[in-house]
Amino acid sequence: MNEPLLEGMVQTDRDRGENLLRAGNTNCGGCGMSVGLLMLGRAAADRPIQLVIPACCGIVTAGPFPASAYGAPVVASTFASAAAVGAGLAHVARLNGEPTRVVCWAGDGGTYDIGMATLSAAAERDDDVLYICYDNEIYGNTGGQRSSATPQGAATTTTPHGKVGEKKDILAIMAAHRVPYAATLSLAHPEDMLRKMREALELRGFRFLHLLSPCPTGWKSEPADGLELVRLAVRSGLYLVYEVFGGSHVRLNVEPELSEPALERYFALQGRFKRSKVDLRQVREGIRAQLEELRRRL
Amino acid sequence: MSRELVSANHAAAMAAVLAARANRSGRGFGSGVYPITPQTECIELLCEEEIEKGQVVRVESEHSAMAVCIGFSLGGARTFTASSSNGLAYMAENVFNAAFYRLPVVMMAVNRTLGPPWNIWVDHGDTLMLRDAGWVQLYCEDNQEVADTILAAYRLGEDPRILLPVMVCQDAFILSHTMMLTDFPEQPEVDAFLPPLELPHRLTDRPRVVGGLDFPRETEVHRIQHANAMALVPEVYREVQATFRSRFGRALADPVVPYRVEDAEMLLVSMGTTASTVRTVVDRARERGIRAGALRLRMFRPFPEEALRGYLAGRARVGVLDRNLCPGLGGIVWAELRGVAPPGCLVQGYVLGMGGGDIRPEHVERVLQDLTSRQRAGEPSFVEVGS
Repeated sequence: MNEPLLEGMVQTDRDRGENLLRAGNTNCGGCGMSVGLLMLGRAAADRPIQLVIPACCGIVTAGPFPASAYGAPVVASTFASAAAVGAGLAHVARLNGEPTRVVCWAGDGGTYDIGMATLSAAAERDDDVLYICYDNEIYGNTGGQRSSATPQGAATTTTPHGKVGEKKDILAIMAAHRVPYAATLSLAHPEDMLRKMREALELRGFRFLHLLSPCPTGWKSEPADGLELVRLAVRSGLYLVYEVFGGSHVRLNVEPELSEPALERYFALQGRFKRSKVDLRQVREGIRAQLEELRRRL
Repeated sequence: MSRELVSANHAAAMAAVLAARANRSGRGFGSGVYPITPQTECIELLCEEEIEKGQVVRVESEHSAMAVCIGFSLGGARTFTASSSNGLAYMAENVFNAAFYRLPVVMMAVNRTLGPPWNIWVDHGDTLMLRDAGWVQLYCEDNQEVADTILAAYRLGEDPRILLPVMVCQDAFILSHTMMLTDFPEQPEVDAFLPPLELPHRLTDRPRVVGGLDFPRETEVHRIQHANAMALVPEVYREVQATFRSRFGRALADPVVPYRVEDAEMLLVSMGTTASTVRTVVDRARERGIRAGALRLRMFRPFPEEALRGYLAGRARVGVLDRNLCPGLGGIVWAELRGVAPPGCLVQGYVLGMGGGDIRPEHVERVLQDLTSRQRAGEPSFVEVGS
């Protein structure tokens, strides 16, 4: 039995019998991915889903063979292959007239970096796959190395003095593939997140969701601060919550306040930015530029 | 039955399409395809065909070609792909994966030299690089054998006692681009030979993880299961041969194919099309009163140890002709075959035809001459054949 969550807003008469993320999972306390998985389970409700998870924290989540902390069947794919394995599974479901929805659940390393070609190809073919990237902005599984999703200034084990380059704009890249649906998800805005997950599960063709996923271990932040960090990222405009239909029709779902205190607090709460002394003026300029660009497309 | 004049690339694709259609009453067929010389015509033909309950996915790399096949196979569909040389090297990670997931994927591999420098001609080093990938490996000598072996590969790999992927190998251009008359069975005959695939561990709605974390104890057990399945391959292959003969009315070649071995004092061992040239040389030697014979190694994985021991027993000299080179070791077939030769038997390795040089009878004559005159085995010997 599911416990009432979020004042009952996620409850429906089609709820899954059990959570998608079950007890016994190996996630760290405060992991954003855990909340994301619980929400995905709510959104999927009683639809049969199959998960494809490449090498990332998300596959360690399951625990060792023969146990599984996932309440759905999972394929553990090679690092770069999630979208391609998902494409194969989705085709079999279609050929056999089955309602199964295939969901790729991948970290930023498997999405922004090693899996980029596979992801791009599946998007270009419009394979019937929902691809969700939970982005903790590092290679978490291997102990916190930089990825192309790591933001400028963040210290990682391979950028101990802070990363020099900027974070890749994954949603722009995916939208440029003109996929039916691409959106960012905020853990601090569960209603919006749930709606988008439901919509993405319902649509056919290639759908992409990006989830900013706080990682207390890598971000050097308090586990309890995870959702607050996402809220600050949204309020400050660092993380824009929006959706893109067919690569062209853009909708901004949460109006950013462009709050100065929120921006300062976002960086202050994370140890990974301590050493590099992020230039907030530069960050603000970046936010403005991105927002202007987005507004042009609205 | 129909008789067609086709290249071995097309023979492989046509056989794969027959196998694909045979699973229309099962969970269908799927393929991830990516071009590379000299197998491209194979996947092109696959893309032309209408396959009921089938889907060919045109992917962006060999790595994804195998990944898509893995997805199809885990969904319970029959699968096929083809690759070659550097394509196989790029695909390698998922080649191992398909075997470790215990998926009966069938792949046609055209043997081509690994680059750089770029060379598109035959060399067995590419598939031999994958000899430890946990796949069954079969090497063919003509187009008919390519078509027949593809069909047999499904029957073998999908057997519930085996559940392993099968690589069907053929020589670049010498077979891949050469047209030969090839017999193909009719669809109903193939339907009877290849019942719908029942993959016991295919993904259903039941929560579990395929290919997730394994601790040492579990990995040990999984590996032993894999080894045990491999060990059963020769026995199940014999059954496949019998069924093949009764369904299609012709023989499917043995894992080790002997030639004039009955009273032979010395044997020449080779793989793929080299064996045809070797037979010519054996015939000539016999005319000169030399008691030579030949073995063609058709199955390389599992290594047909028992059959080889039987054929090698009592021979004084064995020459192994390798169309590949493992620098620092020598020819790979030679290296493996040494382990099954009887005590006192002189086993000499010869490396020839690397990079696709034309192995002609005179080159094999040189091998035979050297083997006959040797007092003892030595370092692997290079027989340069030029172009």
